Amino acid sequence: MGGSYGSTLRYKSVQRLKPIGKHTLLGAGGEISDFQEIVRYLDELILYDNMWDDGNSLGPKEVHNYLNRLMYNRRNKFNPLWNTLVLGGVKNGQKYLGTVNMIGVHYEENHVATGFGNHLARPIFRDEWHEDMTFEEGVKLLEKCMLVLLYRDRSAVNKLQIAKITEEGATISEPYAIKTHWELEAFKNPATGAVGSW
Amino acid sequence: MAATEGIKQHHSTWSPYDNNGGTCIAIAGSNYCVIAADTRMSTGYSILTRDYSKICNLADKCVMASSGFQADVKALQKNLSARHLIYQHQHNKQMSCPAMAQLLSNTLYYKRFFPYYSFNVLGGLDNEGKGCVFTYDAVGSYERVGYGAQGTGGTLMMPVLDNQLKSPSPLLLPAQDATTPLSESEAVDLVKDVFASAAERDIYTGDGLEIVVVNAEGVKREFLELRRD
Repeated sequence: MGGSYGSTLRYKSVQRLKPIGKHTLLGAGGEISDFQEIVRYLDELILYDNMWDDGNSLGPKEVHNYLNRLMYNRRNKFNPLWNTLVLGGVKNGQKYLGTVNMIGVHYEENHVATGFGNHLARPIFRDEWHEDMTFEEGVKLLEKCMLVLLYRDRSAVNKLQIAKITEEGATISEPYAIKTHWELEAFKNPATGAVGSW
Repeated sequence: MAATEGIKQHHSTWSPYDNNGGTCIAIAGSNYCVIAADTRMSTGYSILTRDYSKICNLADKCVMASSGFQADVKALQKNLSARHLIYQHQHNKQMSCPAMAQLLSNTLYYKRFFPYYSFNVLGGLDNEGKGCVFTYDAVGSYERVGYGAQGTGGTLMMPVLDNQLKSPSPLLLPAQDATTPLSESEAVDLVKDVFASAAERDIYTGDGLEIVVVNAEGVKREFLELRRD
């Protein structure tokens, strides 16, 4: 939930996860104002889709395709929406997870991440993700990765939300913190290995 | 144009391009064509996904494999597929491979001053049912050849293919056919070998190999694992 401004931690309650329609969840890294504009575009898209009142609704694949086009077209005009987007959802029993970034590079995978998550979290996912995990197992894996990111990513804050999307709909949890451990011996006398340093 | 407003900002280091890596090859036979590409997608020193197809079935007898900047590759493939659909509506038939080859060249050159960063090999059967392969650069310069390799591992594979497929010199007159006399299974085995070799030394090539074979019976697809490091 952190929103940095250069090296300043400027905003501490930024909503980076948003539900889109009935079937999709969207998360973003990068420029928050651009993400908020993307959400406005998508709200309009969903609204017009609902106004047809034809029983059909845009699912995650359709939203992802729209976003791919949106990001790529802005890149073509040399005026990108400065975001990396992660998009997940369920429709008609079919689950979907994909990502698109500011230059239009996109793909589907079983696990995706923005920013530092690609370096720190994806390797953990590759090791521990498997088909048919329970929700609890999924949360545990995500929290494990968020903890690593909290320790190692300078711009991370200890305030996060977990969102879940199923056939029934989307829920986004209230913000909460994860337990960190600073009592490691190495942290107690940090200069032990290099006397005179700090 | 909006471009000038965009450039006003300080992001002089922003590039509209990225290289997502990977290698594509195609080999033409007397009555078949093999098109293959690895399934790794990378950026910088990271792997984004190990399971990504660079191959697109443009028409019944025409398959394209492209590596380079993924967003441009996808846009290009989508563009050509759409144009093929229109062609089918207008002419009530599939586009031939040589026709698609010309269309691809023209599409690439259309963006000569903001290119599709896409390195393509087009493979399929020509109007006589013989295998044909066309090789391209990013702005549409193309040539019909007996075999071709593009992408990050292309320079590693091409000399091996030259050696194994014993192509006649392109300078000879009259022009000699560079289509290989090898059988379909021999060509597929050669493809597997060159990819295994390239995956050893090219960091952007690996994870998986997708092989598509086009012959009179249709299009067949095979998948096998490559080094994941």
